Amino acid sequence: MNESDIEDIREDVADAAHNRMPGAFKGEFPIVVEGVRNAFGEQVIHENLSLKVRRGEIIGVVGGSGTGKSVLMRSIIGLQLPTEGTIEVLGEDITAARDDADIDIRSRWGVLFQGGALFSTLTVAENVEVPLREFYPEISDELRREIARFKVVLSGLPEDAANKYPAELSGGMRKRAGLARALALDPELLFLDEPTAGLDPIGAAAFDALTKELQDTLGLTVFLITHDLDTLHEICDRVAVIADKRVIAVDTIENLLTLDHPWIQEYFNGPRGRAAHAAQHQSERPDKTMDKPAKAGD
Amino acid sequence: MRVWADFTLEQDDAGKAVLTLSGPLTVSSIGVVDRALREYGGEVARVDISAVPEIDTVGAWTVWRVLRDHEAQLVGASDKAERLIAAVSKSRGDGQTGAHRLPLVARTAEGVGLLVTGWGAGTVRMLGFLGAVLVAGWSILRSPSRMRWLAVVRQAELVGISALGIIGLMSFLVGIVIAQQGAVQLEQFGAEMLTVNLTGRISLRELGVLMTAIMVAGRSGSSFAAQIGTMKLTEEIDAMRTIGVSPVEALVIPRILAAVVMMPLLGFYAALAAIVGGAFISSFTLGIPFMTFLLRVQEVVPIHDVWVGLVKAPFFGLIIAMAGCYQGMQVKANAEEVGLRTTMAVVQAIFMVIVLDAFFAVFFTEVGWG
Repeated sequence: MNESDIEDIREDVADAAHNRMPGAFKGEFPIVVEGVRNAFGEQVIHENLSLKVRRGEIIGVVGGSGTGKSVLMRSIIGLQLPTEGTIEVLGEDITAARDDADIDIRSRWGVLFQGGALFSTLTVAENVEVPLREFYPEISDELRREIARFKVVLSGLPEDAANKYPAELSGGMRKRAGLARALALDPELLFLDEPTAGLDPIGAAAFDALTKELQDTLGLTVFLITHDLDTLHEICDRVAVIADKRVIAVDTIENLLTLDHPWIQEYFNGPRGRAAHAAQHQSERPDKTMDKPAKAGD
Repeated sequence: MRVWADFTLEQDDAGKAVLTLSGPLTVSSIGVVDRALREYGGEVARVDISAVPEIDTVGAWTVWRVLRDHEAQLVGASDKAERLIAAVSKSRGDGQTGAHRLPLVARTAEGVGLLVTGWGAGTVRMLGFLGAVLVAGWSILRSPSRMRWLAVVRQAELVGISALGIIGLMSFLVGIVIAQQGAVQLEQFGAEMLTVNLTGRISLRELGVLMTAIMVAGRSGSSFAAQIGTMKLTEEIDAMRTIGVSPVEALVIPRILAAVVMMPLLGFYAALAAIVGGAFISSFTLGIPFMTFLLRVQEVVPIHDVWVGLVKAPFFGLIIAMAGCYQGMQVKANAEEVGLRTTMAVVQAIFMVIVLDAFFAVFFTEVGWG
């Protein structure tokens, strides 16, 4: 192959490609939420909520049902504009209304919605191809198809699931397909909304392992909403607790357990919390947390 | 400015080709290297990625593909790169991403076959739906307390009351057009007074009800189909069944009843609006005073014209509601189908209304209500 052929390819690729594509985020906090207030009519969901997510960590977000975990995620990814406060994602202010400019960030995060939110008229692999087409039109068709197929396998689906439509998949498989799409662009930031809910324990453990592996190898920052105590113990570096309309604590589970908040105590020291904790520390002292009785809720 | 990954191909001491990749190997920088390597037909004995500062799964895949296709060796891989390559190598990666498709000939034959069987199955399903509606109607007749009057009233409001504005305006304008255009033609015979007959009779017999049916099919038939279709997708219908609520009783019967009751009322209202429109324009262009026009209508329109219009209307309402609910109930699979079924509901409803209207036109003339 001679130099002029390669030069032709370079020109073709440069023509097809989007011009602006920023480099990786180098700061310490890819997500900075400050003083956010979210309200639907009279009902206030968040009041003066602040949260900083460190680069490269898996942060678990917990809170009772209806405390606005998903609303917080929607605010961070720009689907829900908070009435007050600022949110910075990868160094860009997401709350300042912008249109074209946000192509920068949107190619750098992947989002897995609760129900998968796959495009129902496209096959799984075509779903994965959508963000690739959108942001990297210069990538050849062959490579794009190959990427779509290996992402499907990477997220734990059998290879032949790639040609199926979402309606032909089970709920758990749909979630994995959603993950494949979220990972399509090898994003720096991954948002997962209850990824293991509705999965069997084996599938959930595999999902956890996959998330951890991705964080290790790709240096992902993962924003993980979950109720799964095993997931929290297994892979989360820190856990943010939402209660009373704000984040009341962000810390490792060990440190959270020392706090004297009734909800936190009940959450981690309830029967399920203890079981998960015991499983995690089987080799140490399984009854370590059990001498602290669970308190009644507030 | 974008940074692209780059590569060089050189011979090593033993005369083997060595592919050296450099620059970040990521999804955003792979474009050039990938295309160039796909066009390269020669040998590669070793791949050196020691000069790659950054690699993601797409980069790993590209490296692995070269290793696989050329049976090359990898050198200079970091720990991370090796893990990524191991992860992506689980996929064969080739093949199509679309749904499996048959060759054209087979697909055509299959399509025709599906169309025919679909037609047959559709007829059976339609009959099944009719039967389900009749059964539900019968069981409600036997125990009337099961009738959901609240739903009926709610649907009647949506089908009828909230359509008053648009149907009134539309009919008023249609009345203006008929009177004005009719007058132009009738004037040639010096018979412009017959404009009253024209407007009055055509509004009450045909246009009032027909235009209303078309508007209701567009407004309510489509909304029945879309709403019930979406409820099918979100498994609400299944949930109803498991609770012991019959979806036909809860959803279909109230809609049918509402449409059947509201259609004659709306049709009559539309006819009146059209006559008012005719009278309005006549008072300007023909010099027939507004009230005179209305009084003349009373004299020249036989009462059976009103009955002709009113008798047809409930049947039209029945067709529209049945088509909407039936199509909604047929939704499976995905959002696209909700759209398709909604379209079909409206098209079917309007088509069948017009067919039925033609039958009625002949029928009423035959029985002497000409």
